[in-house]
Amino acid sequence: MLAASCCDRRMCVCPGPRRIAIPVRSSRLPLLSDAMPAPAHLFPLIRNCEISRICSTVCYCHHKHLCCLSSHFAHSHFRYAPQKKFAALYRPKENFNHFIHARDYASTPQRFYLTPPQVNSILKANEYSFKVPEFDGKNVSSVLGFDSNQLPANVPIEDRRSAATCLQTRGMLLGVFDGHAGCACAQAVSERLFYYIAVSLLPHETLLEIENAVESGRALLPILQWHKHPNDYFSKEASKLYFNSLRTYWQELIDLNSGETTDVKEALINAFKRLDNDISLEAQVGDPNSFLNYLVLRVAFSGATACVAHVDGVDLHIANTGDSRAMLGVQEEDGSWSAVNLSYDHNAQNEHEVERVKMEHPKSEEKSLVKQDRLLGLLMPFRAFGDVKFKWSIELQKRVVESGPDQLNDNEYTKFIPPNYHTPPYLTAEPEVIYHKLRPQDKFLVLATDGLWETMHRQDVARIVGEYLTGVHHQQPIAVGGYKVTLGQMHGLLTERRARISSVFEDQNAATHLIRHAVGNNEFGTVDHERLSKMLSLPEELARMYRDDITIIVVQFNSHVIGACQNEEL
Amino acid sequence: MFLRLLSDVRWRAANPKWRRMTCSRRSTSSTAEPHPISLPAQAQVVICGGGIMGTSVAYHLSKMGWKDIVLLEQGRLAAGTTRFCAGIVSTARHVSIELKMADYSNKLYQQLEQETGVKTGYMKTGSISLAQTQDRLISLKRIASSLNVMGIPCEIITPKQVAQLHPLINIHDLVGAMYVPEDALVSSANVSLALATAASRNGVQIHERTSVSHVSVQKGRVTGVETDRGQIQCQYFVNCAGQWAYELGHSGEEPVNIPLHACEHFYLLTHPLKEPLASSLPTIVDPDGRIYIRNWQGGILSGGFEKNPKPLFTEGRNQLEIQNLQEDWDHFEPLLSALLRRMPDLEALQIMQLVNCPESFTPDMRCIMGESPTVRGYFVLAGMNSAGISYGGGAGKYLAEWMVNGYPSENVWPLDLKRFGTLQSSRTFLRHRVMEVMPLMCDLKVPRWDFQTGRQLRTSPLYDRLDAQGARWMEKHGFERVKYFVPPGKDLLDLDQSKTFYKPDWFDIVGSEVKCCKEAVCVIDMSSFTKFEISSTGDQALESLQYLFSNDLDVPVGHVVHTGMLNEKGGYENDCSIARLSKRSFFMISPTDQQVHCWAWLKNRLPDDSNLTMEDVTWKYTALNLIGPRAVDVLSELSYAPITPEHFPSLFCKEMSVGYANGIRVMSITHTGEPGFMLYIPIEYALHVYNEVMNMGQKYGIRNAGYYALRSLRIEKFFAFWGQDLDAFTTPMECGREFQVKLEKGTQFVGQEALLEQKHNGVYKRFTMFILEDHDTDADLWPWWGEPIFRNGRYVGKTTSSAYSYTLERHVCLGFVQHFDEKTGEELVVTTDFINQGEYEIDIAGQRFQAKAKLYPLSSLFTHRRRKDEVELSGYQRE
Repeated sequence: MLAASCCDRRMCVCPGPRRIAIPVRSSRLPLLSDAMPAPAHLFPLIRNCEISRICSTVCYCHHKHLCCLSSHFAHSHFRYAPQKKFAALYRPKENFNHFIHARDYASTPQRFYLTPPQVNSILKANEYSFKVPEFDGKNVSSVLGFDSNQLPANVPIEDRRSAATCLQTRGMLLGVFDGHAGCACAQAVSERLFYYIAVSLLPHETLLEIENAVESGRALLPILQWHKHPNDYFSKEASKLYFNSLRTYWQELIDLNSGETTDVKEALINAFKRLDNDISLEAQVGDPNSFLNYLVLRVAFSGATACVAHVDGVDLHIANTGDSRAMLGVQEEDGSWSAVNLSYDHNAQNEHEVERVKMEHPKSEEKSLVKQDRLLGLLMPFRAFGDVKFKWSIELQKRVVESGPDQLNDNEYTKFIPPNYHTPPYLTAEPEVIYHKLRPQDKFLVLATDGLWETMHRQDVARIVGEYLTGVHHQQPIAVGGYKVTLGQMHGLLTERRARISSVFEDQNAATHLIRHAVGNNEFGTVDHERLSKMLSLPEELARMYRDDITIIVVQFNSHVIGACQNEEL
Repeated sequence: MFLRLLSDVRWRAANPKWRRMTCSRRSTSSTAEPHPISLPAQAQVVICGGGIMGTSVAYHLSKMGWKDIVLLEQGRLAAGTTRFCAGIVSTARHVSIELKMADYSNKLYQQLEQETGVKTGYMKTGSISLAQTQDRLISLKRIASSLNVMGIPCEIITPKQVAQLHPLINIHDLVGAMYVPEDALVSSANVSLALATAASRNGVQIHERTSVSHVSVQKGRVTGVETDRGQIQCQYFVNCAGQWAYELGHSGEEPVNIPLHACEHFYLLTHPLKEPLASSLPTIVDPDGRIYIRNWQGGILSGGFEKNPKPLFTEGRNQLEIQNLQEDWDHFEPLLSALLRRMPDLEALQIMQLVNCPESFTPDMRCIMGESPTVRGYFVLAGMNSAGISYGGGAGKYLAEWMVNGYPSENVWPLDLKRFGTLQSSRTFLRHRVMEVMPLMCDLKVPRWDFQTGRQLRTSPLYDRLDAQGARWMEKHGFERVKYFVPPGKDLLDLDQSKTFYKPDWFDIVGSEVKCCKEAVCVIDMSSFTKFEISSTGDQALESLQYLFSNDLDVPVGHVVHTGMLNEKGGYENDCSIARLSKRSFFMISPTDQQVHCWAWLKNRLPDDSNLTMEDVTWKYTALNLIGPRAVDVLSELSYAPITPEHFPSLFCKEMSVGYANGIRVMSITHTGEPGFMLYIPIEYALHVYNEVMNMGQKYGIRNAGYYALRSLRIEKFFAFWGQDLDAFTTPMECGREFQVKLEKGTQFVGQEALLEQKHNGVYKRFTMFILEDHDTDADLWPWWGEPIFRNGRYVGKTTSSAYSYTLERHVCLGFVQHFDEKTGEELVVTTDFINQGEYEIDIAGQRFQAKAKLYPLSSLFTHRRRKDEVELSGYQRE
């Protein structure tokens, strides 16, 4: 358990000054390379043992070393790779090569290979597709459908995803949630956030109608139609609790009745803030049921980022909290693909965010606020749900932990107070909302947790998804025309094209296809089965060092509908 | 570029009539009057389509003396598939009739230039078919055997010899090859133009840029055609519209189903090599690489049949689009790889063009020929499966003979349009099936392969029940039939992949089914058989049938008669069992694929009398065959009726109840020579009766069996099967069925004179059974059909079917023996002595096995002799 939490990239949760502040990036990267000098005694081991055992041993040892050696690695790492982008692009590969070397050394290469069907079954285990139904052969929605998938690296996975159609208002909601310090918060947000958004969007009359129905015990109007993979569960135990909080929210909305039509941007911001508030409150109040009591505390003490899209006709709103990202795939007139960011990461790489955080706290704290690219030297995202550790006052935290269940008291993490903790809250769940009016050339939207963006540049994402969605035949056909081409040249060209295409055929799901590339891409940008197989067969405890949980939703737009909407307005 | 190479326009100069037309066209192009020569108001024959098929038919018809012929072409002559095709004349064919057509074409093209003065580009280069695997080599050896006995030079050569014949070939992965030195190359468009020239000299009128909109039909006969330039009245219409034949067939009020579908087909043209290739270099066919390569103007022309073909024109399109088809290099990539693997030195060769030339394919990979079953005078020649040039001459000749004489000079049933019905005309079916057929052009054809697409179209009501019990299926005329039942616990995957020329995996499974038929009782679902009911108010039915069938049908009610439906020459048009249900009604059972042919044959010959009705009741009855010595026990327990031989003799038919179900037609025939019964069950009772039979049969050891068991049983009993052993060129006299012909039955019947003549003069071929002597079932190649038979070292005929007899523990082959004069090669009368006094060998892929010839089945096999004279000695058989 300790090892696993130590690996948490977002937050180093090992209490005690000695183990604090190990940026996790360093713990993922220099697996064998940087650590080589230290465990020289391991070599005979490698020579004699099964590779799987070695890996776990090596991992384990390194882990210890890393923890002990503290920030040394972090510094060296960031010196070499000051930009996140570079780190993302080059580092994993480097590590991987080292890993391969180790394997060669052990001379048991066969054991690790997964067959293509095995690879596929791993990649496709969580894939989900939804097609917006057509009416009379016409699809009136601007959304054709979406593909989603996730690939775990943590056990259990800490990412969550949600998708639903609003039934009382128009539009569709899609979101990815990246949890840290456990999955409880991400799970709760994935269940609850869309209800808060939907309620925020509801007109006054509908809210009244719903409240009256609840009051008189009549059947409720359904608010959301969920599109869930069987693995996407909802917690049954907490539903009553969650419902009551939601009801309080809409009752307040009814009382407030501004009479104005709801602005989507405002609704999104309100919903985010309200939910985070409720999470916090529920943890403070507690619950007589001991299971629920523990649950709400776990939710509050863990954290989650959220990136949510609301699509209604040509109106696209992206509400983002944290470092997941939304990206629009645009097809240029010449058929090529380009990417447009629809969200800003809330982390140390974002100057505005650093600025914001510094503005919100006294100047005396300026130096301690952001350390090693982390909030208070601990947390990577600068905005998040939950994480009451960064929101509550020290007194409140102590009180809740002490009065909480034993499990909470025994957990060193919850007891640990961040250093230089003077003027809470340091963290907010308030989203940044970006509006985009869809154009016919906007073909798809990718929502993904940072597991994807660390390994792939958005331009490549746009190209891969674009080529996947439009199909192979849209690849520019080759025509010889009057050019002088030899059979050999043509053959080389075609083989290369086919290698690119063949990976497309394996997937029926754009998100799966993207994950395949994210995990299996070689230096030429094509999927290398061997690499893919190795990455997927990493033992649990090692996987997290080479990749993060990846969750992707690819929303495909209906250009015809969008074009028609545009024309109507003209 | 293309026009220059593939169509030589100079030929027009040789033909004054044509020159006039061409000139006038040129002059009128400015005056906007495109058709200077008006269409005739009427003609005997109108041919639609000016490709190789249309011109070949016109050429042969005019040669046979029919002069009043109009050929219409919507665009320009030889401008469709014919213009674009690769021009390879190859005789290496699996099906014997196709082989004969290709051989004739080759000979025709060779002398065509001399005959017409039109340059055809004919060049005898020979062809080499490569084998990358032993199985492929076996398949080539089988073809080589049949080519050799046809008198076409052909040899199996080693990879080294291949390298000597062709300098560029990489031979390291080859195990052998077949060399056919007489194969040739032609310019296909010019061949077509040469045929047109000759036809035109013989009086055929050719009109280009004239498209047929539809064919007029009255009272089931062609009366004329509508074109965009007016009407032509005619007696015969020939649809040679290639890939548009399907659409044209459906354009009239009376649709004619021509099941074919076009696929894109690609080939590559290159610039000449540095050292240009000799024009005499043999053509290379590399079926394992799915490609062919021929020399072309110092460079090469190479195309192939990819695994993932692209069907097109499913919705039907205008021909104009054919010119605009795109090159698709990505699609061609596997073929290009195969080409460079085969000839690595070509890497530096410069590409000229990738040609996209659609070809039409048919559901069973054989071309479509013959008269429509629904419209008389409507003939079809199309669907060449990319071998149009190879077949063009021969196919045109057979069709012309068919039109002029009423029948072609060879058995063309495998190509007959009537082997298809409306059920093969679904566009979806065709689209899916041709996607399977096109790759099959190159796939290894092992014995008893089945199509995988377009399946489960017609099924028995018992399909699911049988399938759940491990049935493995094959398809005939769209109907699913059981091959055998995989016993529980057997590895299924293994069995479905049993593709071999040797002993198949199902050997033991079928063996146990046969054993059960011999010792206990088996049930086989035989619902696919074609079933007609013919009845009348008076004696019309009997009179008509007496005229159309050779056996005497004036038997007591309740009797079943095996009889042939013969043509004027005494040949079998159909072979059937007819039960006399009452004085005035008959129930007729014939092979599955006779549904269309037999219907058309009878329709055309039965008197037009409203009191005489014929109904196709195939779909109304499920047929269960109870085979085995205990069948009688099962049936008597189920029906409470006496079924002993005294009450229910052989060849008898009774309506009775089985279980709760009444009205089951029970016949004491099994189509195998084994004791047992056929149950014709109204379909709604099928499941009930099947369940009853299986329950009751349990104590007698009943089990399901399939057609492979039936096949083994019937072949060891020397039963001939129509469509495989028997055809329109086989008479009852030639297959020992004289007793099924009642020459003295008191009424005239079709074929009577021919049979009388044969009776007097003797027969020229004789159906014979061969038992292989030194054949090792486990180690040797299995016979299939089409293997040459040698008597005292001389070729005397070919086998028509074969099976392993589990009783004799030997292979049994059936086939026809002829007697060729040793000096002149003239056909002589075959006598019993001739058959009996010979040493026989069967040639399986070049290896000869000793065989014992028999003219009568082995009596030891008939354990259960019932009524001596009524044993189904030569009951017809079908599968």
